[in-house]
Amino acid sequence: MRNLLIALLMWSGPALASDASSTDDLINLVKQDCGSCHGLTLKGGLGPDIRPQSLSHYDVETLSTVVLDGIPDTAMPPWRPLLSEADAQKIAEYLLQGDLK
Amino acid sequence: MKWLGSTFLAIFMAASAQAEDIVTTGDLGLVVERASGSLLLVDQSERSSIARIEGLGDLSHASLVYSPDQRYAYVFGRDGGLTKVDIARKEITDRVVQSGNAIGGAISDDGTLVAVSNYEPGGVRIFDAETLEMVADIPTDSKTIGLVDAPGRRFVFTLWDAGETWIADMSSGDPQITKITEIGANPYDALITGDGRLYITGLFGEDGLTAIDLWSPEPKPIRVLPDYGRGQQDLPVYKMPHLEGWARAGREFVLPAVGHHQVLWIDGGSLEETGRTDTYGQPVFAMARPDGRQVWVNFAHPLNDTIQVIDTLTKEIVHEFKPGPAVLHMEFSPRGHEVWISVRDAGKVMIYDTRTFEKRGEFEAESPSGIFFTSRAHKTGL
Repeated sequence: MRNLLIALLMWSGPALASDASSTDDLINLVKQDCGSCHGLTLKGGLGPDIRPQSLSHYDVETLSTVVLDGIPDTAMPPWRPLLSEADAQKIAEYLLQGDLK
Repeated sequence: MKWLGSTFLAIFMAASAQAEDIVTTGDLGLVVERASGSLLLVDQSERSSIARIEGLGDLSHASLVYSPDQRYAYVFGRDGGLTKVDIARKEITDRVVQSGNAIGGAISDDGTLVAVSNYEPGGVRIFDAETLEMVADIPTDSKTIGLVDAPGRRFVFTLWDAGETWIADMSSGDPQITKITEIGANPYDALITGDGRLYITGLFGEDGLTAIDLWSPEPKPIRVLPDYGRGQQDLPVYKMPHLEGWARAGREFVLPAVGHHQVLWIDGGSLEETGRTDTYGQPVFAMARPDGRQVWVNFAHPLNDTIQVIDTLTKEIVHEFKPGPAVLHMEFSPRGHEVWISVRDAGKVMIYDTRTFEKRGEFEAESPSGIFFTSRAHKTGL
């Protein structure tokens, strides 16, 4: 995923067009891969519900840190090996806004 | 005249028997289309899909079991939906939404009861297989995982939060519960061996697995490989492995490690480790071909485009290939000559010969995940 995103970013440079593509990839990642524990609709599975109403105690910064570093002694893994800080921040924003279609 | 009348009757009956479509289900199967809430009915001999059945709700992480006559499938949806599908008529027979958030189910050995494992509210609910009326509710105050059927009209399941395994004996009608404590930290999935004797639970919160001997009059937890990852840094796990679809290869079990890119080999009698095979990534499924000669392994994100095949005599990888993006599940034909593979992001099911590894066919499917052949109807734990 990271390689794909980097490739896309390098290929299309800083142009806005690249955002759409990587946004789709990130949304797909959240639904499919976060979804393998949190459910495709993010209402929870083995992992907790991560819909906006359940995450309201988080701000974007804290939530992106959780995505990047995981939560020790739980099944939440660190995504830093796969995601950039910018990706994690976008994912945190999406999760808090519930803006996932 | 009487003679003439009987002749007419005989001709009439023969004609009506021919007009009726005879549907055989022994080489059929169902493929879960996880995002669209539909099932594809597939024909193993034709290597293709023959119908789509829609309206099953949220089918992410869905699984299903078959009635003993291989006519009905009971589909367990993530949204708590329990749907009974008639594959002969290619339609939904009945559907109940029995909880808010479910994770798999099982059918009793006599085919009369269907049990569903629930995350929210935690527990197991048991339904009449004929009518889908609830006959028992077993709350656990914990997410339940690893629900399987066991011989003697029993169901066995495990509590993720509490680390307990419960046996629900339904032989007398009402559930008689036996609780086995100290299974270990965060059991994530479990399997039962095909003979119904061993129930093996994988642990996420600590190293190793826990086995229970269901033939024992007082089953107790038996720790298996408690030190297998000791001293090594755990790798991140981006998808929990599955133990359902257990792999027994000859006298050994083959199981995915957690947090280590390995499969583990365990002697089926002593439960001692007999080997490890390093793999390409975090294994999700390690599935034995029905004859036990090969084990096919797929992997967690982001290495989920690849399959490795391990020879069980040498424990070495003999074949590796990339069917496509997001390989989610594999299902062997009952005698193992072919394997069907769902490749989610390619939108395809691909079919391979298990001896030559050549592709024998493929067909379109919408975000395919689980593949379930009707031969599962006659196997304990599937």
